Amino acid sequence: MIVANATVAIARWITRRGRRGRSLFPAVGTASILWLFALAVTAVVLLPIVYLIVRALEAGVTAWALLVQARTWQILGRTLWLALAVTMASALVAIPLAWLTTRTDLPLRQAWVVLLSLPLAIPSYVGAYLVVAALGPRGILQEWLEKLWGITRLPEIYGFPGTLLVLTLLSYPYIFLSVRAMLLQLDPALEEASRSLGRGPWATFRRVILPQLRPALASGGLLVALYTLRDFGAVSIMRYTTFTRAIYIQYQSAFNRSDAALLSLVLVAITLVLLALELQTRGRVQYYRTGAGVARRPPQVRLGRWRWPALLFCSAVVGIALILPAGVLLYWLARGLQAGEQLLPLWRATRNSILVSGIAAVVAVVAALPGVILSARRPSWLSRLLEQLTYIGFALPGIAIALALVFFGIQYARPLYQTLPMLILAYVVLFLPEAVGSVRASLLQVQPSLEEAARSLGRRPLQVFTSITLPLVRPGIAAGAGLVFLTAMKELPATLILGPAGFKTLATSVWSAVSEAFFARAAAPALLLVLASSLPMAFLTLREQERHP
Amino acid sequence: MRIQIITRRWTLTLGLGLALLLTACVVPVVTTPASSSPQPTVTEVRPTPATAATSQKLVLYSGRSENLVGPIVAQFQEATGIQVEARWGSTAELAATLLEEGERSPADVFFAQDPGGLGAVAKMMTVLPEDILNRVDPRFRDPQGRWVGLSGRARVIVYNTERVNPSELPADIWDFTDPKWKGRIGWAPTNASFQTMVTAMRVVWGEEKTRQWLEGILANEPRTYENNSAIVAAVGAGEVDVGFANHYYLYRFLREQGEGFPARNYFLPGGGPGSLVMVAGAGVLESSTNKETAFKFLRFMLSPVAQQYFATQTFEYPLVEGVSTHPDLPPLGELHAIQIDLADLADLEGTIRLLREVGALP
Repeated sequence: MIVANATVAIARWITRRGRRGRSLFPAVGTASILWLFALAVTAVVLLPIVYLIVRALEAGVTAWALLVQARTWQILGRTLWLALAVTMASALVAIPLAWLTTRTDLPLRQAWVVLLSLPLAIPSYVGAYLVVAALGPRGILQEWLEKLWGITRLPEIYGFPGTLLVLTLLSYPYIFLSVRAMLLQLDPALEEASRSLGRGPWATFRRVILPQLRPALASGGLLVALYTLRDFGAVSIMRYTTFTRAIYIQYQSAFNRSDAALLSLVLVAITLVLLALELQTRGRVQYYRTGAGVARRPPQVRLGRWRWPALLFCSAVVGIALILPAGVLLYWLARGLQAGEQLLPLWRATRNSILVSGIAAVVAVVAALPGVILSARRPSWLSRLLEQLTYIGFALPGIAIALALVFFGIQYARPLYQTLPMLILAYVVLFLPEAVGSVRASLLQVQPSLEEAARSLGRRPLQVFTSITLPLVRPGIAAGAGLVFLTAMKELPATLILGPAGFKTLATSVWSAVSEAFFARAAAPALLLVLASSLPMAFLTLREQERHP
Repeated sequence: MRIQIITRRWTLTLGLGLALLLTACVVPVVTTPASSSPQPTVTEVRPTPATAATSQKLVLYSGRSENLVGPIVAQFQEATGIQVEARWGSTAELAATLLEEGERSPADVFFAQDPGGLGAVAKMMTVLPEDILNRVDPRFRDPQGRWVGLSGRARVIVYNTERVNPSELPADIWDFTDPKWKGRIGWAPTNASFQTMVTAMRVVWGEEKTRQWLEGILANEPRTYENNSAIVAAVGAGEVDVGFANHYYLYRFLREQGEGFPARNYFLPGGGPGSLVMVAGAGVLESSTNKETAFKFLRFMLSPVAQQYFATQTFEYPLVEGVSTHPDLPPLGELHAIQIDLADLADLEGTIRLLREVGALP
């Protein structure tokens, strides 16, 4: 909620009246300011695409030959299949969790929310390493089983199953957090009507609640799918060749930026297709209530005896997604300390991580708002296009976006090159869709009539926005900021290339240790990464509970 | 929705601190350390000393891990008083960054993990002074003098001591195409060192025999790993019996997990391409306005002190006469390493193409 409050405060400050009672923007219409801002944000987000086109035009014959090869299309097919599977699996995990933590008397709700969002902060290659170390054919689990029952080899985890497992565990929070934000805002009247007409709780969930969750599911699912497309860490350790892995091989071994750019544009094309699909799911439904009276908080479902299976489900997810990785890390740490490994002080890296991720979260939410407001309140093909375009780079491997910003930064923003503002800009370009999706889903549930009433009472558009709309979309803002924060915490390529010289974060500390097989040395920063991420998440959740007891 | 006064006050502070941060294109930021309760950010902005003596600062792009070379870079700072601004990353990504930056690059020195990375940006590098180049064997430097090797790394076979008897290991890497190795080999086709070795095969054996070797290994259903570390870990765990790796990774596992770690190195005695010795090296950017300082850095890295550090701390081969190898390692002179110039291994593109054709790479 810090972020939400900060946003509200900044917005109020901007829109407060001067001493003569005039708004700060007397001459210019509010809408045109929003349009300008939204256009500017979209332009920045499109920079990587421009760069890729510039580079792809230099691509040689070999790259084009590669594009038309049957195997390239096979890899593409496998990639899309993986993205679909991970999205489905994540939804299956996330929807019940979101419902349990918002609508029921599940014990320790807040704690579960924090724990269940944290896997998002685990870098995917670390998650994959840990799953292999724990569940691999000769991993820790097998060691124990051998002691107990003499099992010498576990079934293969590499390939599709391991990749699906790791990516689902790391990315279900996208759906979890966006669906949660939606459930917190749902008006119970529809459900009650459905129940009073004789539908059971399950049918009500399926026929009434689920359809209302569509925007959140679509935006969360889109993020999961695109995250799967862009992931490099998990797929390379789990040895499942996706398109992004092929792109990275171009960068890594051939130092061939042009061919890599051409392949990257294929990912952009896929993103466009997925965006079109998501737009289809939106349709022309309205998601806000129109009835008379006041929206209430829905009553809590009493779980009763169902409490235990519910708790078991939450524990299982947290156990596999969080406790298991943390356990392996502790094991590495203990083993390293026994061998005389020194614990390095990581204060600076921790502070840097929290600072830049926090700022990136605030900036991303602020940058997301204008486009979202326009597309929700002034729907037109252009406003929708602007909002959709913010997603366009989200499926791209981080290195492509980082190099794009090197390309533009060194030429047109030399004083800013490799400074903190530049790095934060990179984070915003990388993670903007996470903020856009969550805020959008929230805003769709706000009744325009409330805003219209305020307008008719003489409030200016911006004042209406800050006093009526913003407080109502708080859950969405919090969810969006949380997502950006967690993913920025683990960001690697842009941090290495665009950060100030010698700028260390927890993610870079983990990487530099793991890449050289210093597992014990990697354990401490990796554990800290999860711990440090939990603090702001805990704060966001607690604030929300104050509001919705 | 009432907002408490307190909350509002500090969120405003936060917002202002944020605005300050974003407008300041200055790096040093001092904040209160994070604690469990969020506090207002205090931002102190110090102007960068733009007029400071620039000659006493060096910008280093290092594709070698800070865990390995950080201490020796720190020693250079202490010994010379020159402040090193290091950017740690992966060799390939930093090479791509340098190519993207072009002449405007802030970097003075590029320190790379492998010759491929150096070759990729060689056209941006300046010719090094003779005295630096002459410290190492011509094999280990760019024939046009644009980069120089700083430490040596040998290709080896890592084998599991519980499942393989060293006496059954062959003299030449060719022999791993024998069906008796089916299902027992680990390799990393995406790894730069492995690819350099395949390039050496193409130089020595020719295209056709290299293709046969790759197809022979593939027929033995090797397990593919991401990098050398993963191979050594897998050999130690018994996932595979042998792996093609670089020699120094094993020592980190021994250090972390003790001598009981069931894997050891085997140096192929046959003198074929499997016995290649490569280098990690560095060059100075043509665009650097700071070349003398950069040369100082290279001279220091080739001094006995630094070479000793590579030998004892990172278990690599020193490349300078008179520095002794780590006692656990067979000295460079005793290896039956293939005599090949690293500069002949420039055709990475051809290697990638071949690896793709046989299906070792996507």
